[in-house]
Amino acid sequence: MKTYKTYADLPGAPIADVPSQEESTAGWRTTRPVLDPKNCTKCYLCWKYCPDTAISVNDEGWPVIRYEHCKGCGICATECPKECIVMEKEV
Amino acid sequence: MFEIRFHGRGGQGSVIASEILSKAVFLEGKDVQSFPFFGVERRGAPVQAYTRIDDKPIRVKANIYTPDCVVVLDPSLLKSQNVTAGLKEGGYLLINTEKKPEELTIDFKGNMATVDATAIALKLGLGSKSAPIVNTAILGALAKVTGLVKLDSITAAISESVPNKPEANAAAAKEAFEKVLIRRMAA
Amino acid sequence: MAKVVMTGNYAQSYASKLARAQVVAAYPITPQTSIVEKIADFVSSGEMETQFIKVESEHSAMQVCISAAALGARSYTATSSQGLLLMHELLFWAAGQRAPIIMGIINRAVAPPWSIWTDHTDSMAQRDTGWIQYYCESNQEVLDTVLQAYKVAEDPEIRLPVMVMEDAFYLSHTIEAVDVPPQGAVDAYIPLKRSPWVLDIEKPTRMGSFMGPDIYMEYRYIVAKAMQESRKVIVEADEDYGRRFGRSYGGLLPTYRCDDADVVLLTIGTASCTAKEVVDELRKEGKKVGLARMRVFRPFPEEEIARLASSVRAIGVVDRSWGFGYAGTMFTEVAGALYKSKSKPLMKDYITGIGGRDITPQVLRGIYLDLLKVREGDEEMEWWGLRRPEKEVKHNA
Repeated sequence: MKTYKTYADLPGAPIADVPSQEESTAGWRTTRPVLDPKNCTKCYLCWKYCPDTAISVNDEGWPVIRYEHCKGCGICATECPKECIVMEKEV
Repeated sequence: MFEIRFHGRGGQGSVIASEILSKAVFLEGKDVQSFPFFGVERRGAPVQAYTRIDDKPIRVKANIYTPDCVVVLDPSLLKSQNVTAGLKEGGYLLINTEKKPEELTIDFKGNMATVDATAIALKLGLGSKSAPIVNTAILGALAKVTGLVKLDSITAAISESVPNKPEANAAAAKEAFEKVLIRRMAA
Repeated sequence: MAKVVMTGNYAQSYASKLARAQVVAAYPITPQTSIVEKIADFVSSGEMETQFIKVESEHSAMQVCISAAALGARSYTATSSQGLLLMHELLFWAAGQRAPIIMGIINRAVAPPWSIWTDHTDSMAQRDTGWIQYYCESNQEVLDTVLQAYKVAEDPEIRLPVMVMEDAFYLSHTIEAVDVPPQGAVDAYIPLKRSPWVLDIEKPTRMGSFMGPDIYMEYRYIVAKAMQESRKVIVEADEDYGRRFGRSYGGLLPTYRCDDADVVLLTIGTASCTAKEVVDELRKEGKKVGLARMRVFRPFPEEEIARLASSVRAIGVVDRSWGFGYAGTMFTEVAGALYKSKSKPLMKDYITGIGGRDITPQVLRGIYLDLLKVREGDEEMEWWGLRRPEKEVKHNA
């Protein structure tokens, strides 16, 4: 992120030059989802419900939690019909 | 400045009549302004439209209260509407009716004119039998009665702006121009 | 050039076509509807190459225009009254994001009671959203101003959205002769330029995202600064238009017969056009009256007003909108502008024409005659033409 000394250094419109993708929100988390794929049916409900698009799908089709964006809300753990995701306390 | 008020019913084409007249007047190089009654239009309900004509640019942007000429597209309105309201003495009152000017009992000191625009429209197949469109015929009569605009300009404006049957509409204006009956105010 | 008889609404449609607006999104509302109907006609007949996007509300229409602008497209929309009020939240977004959207506004009174007739409360209520505001007095001016608005809005130093106002029915549904400039000349006047701040999929950025107290204030300041600088650009765009098309309108506050005037009336919208007729009439009677028209309300023409104040005894303001709990919307602003001026003429606020009440030549004549009599200590505000109970009517001796 660039730093701005005065208004004259700003772009004319409020544009943030760092895309959301590159901004980590991991520090917001007090619990972390941990996924055990043993019973996972690849239904992707976790992927669908994640409000921060912090779950992606890898080349083999498994859901993967991207911890740099996960805020630890626990929605994925609540929605998973096979209870593959558990929330663990951050230490 | 010459001010005209059209009385008709929603769907009869009063607003279109004022628009065609505007184009005709504009073709003759005068300034013109036309507007519908500022309100909600409903089919069949009494409606009004207005036109201002002048040799110099028109600046007044207000309703017309004392017209020089009133045009009535539907004779049944004579019973329910005060069509001569504000009409200037010595002005013009043109009515679509089969009656002659002498047969009408309207309290108005000015030039009275009548034309059976409904019969002309029916004969030329304008609109339907139950709802003939009389607006183009009445404009031909208006040209004759007021001398305000040439018949050629009216027919030119009709062919420019009427999408359906422009020839029949122009013919209606011509026929009404010839058939309109005028009782001039005694000098 | 070709003269065509058309309504004020069609003047907006023709202007958006001449400007080659690339995205149009609007939601219908009386008396704005025919603007968008005509644009839809142009699009379906192939006369206008535009992404015509149907939306479910005015709020969405504005969002579409903001998004289009964020991608660098030239956009146009139009609305009125309740529709404009529904857009309110997004109007700040458009200005803050420096989206040069042009919006036609058909000034219509705000409910309740329900009304379709004109007054200026709807757009005056958007005063502080960061939009430039023009008010027109003829259909020709509507067409010319939409084109000037693109010139101003897309100026690299300005990049602000612009509203082009016209009075409901008095312009929107009234037919007048309008000169339609040739396409090539319009293209040369407002060539399509690439915005400096656009979203680019190759270079991802975020627009309008969270900004902290360390920087929010500076972002507000640059909008305020652009608005201040737009005064000059508005005047230049008008003069440039005059050189190219033979018509210009006198910048932010055009005046009429003010040079030796004793009293001046300040009007806005179509009442201005009628007032010129009244000024000529009163001048023939030997009365030294003049007229100033608020063509641009934002940015506010404070310098022009101070200049005007230096030579007249009294200024009357004809307000077609008011602020509950204070006075007419223009009056308070004009009075504010006079604070800095050395000479302080008497002032009177005439609130009239509300909800479509007709402002006839007779009404304006009455106002002028009242203004000519104004003395120090007189009442400074009057709801002119209000139907009052007999006991409230003042009978002047």
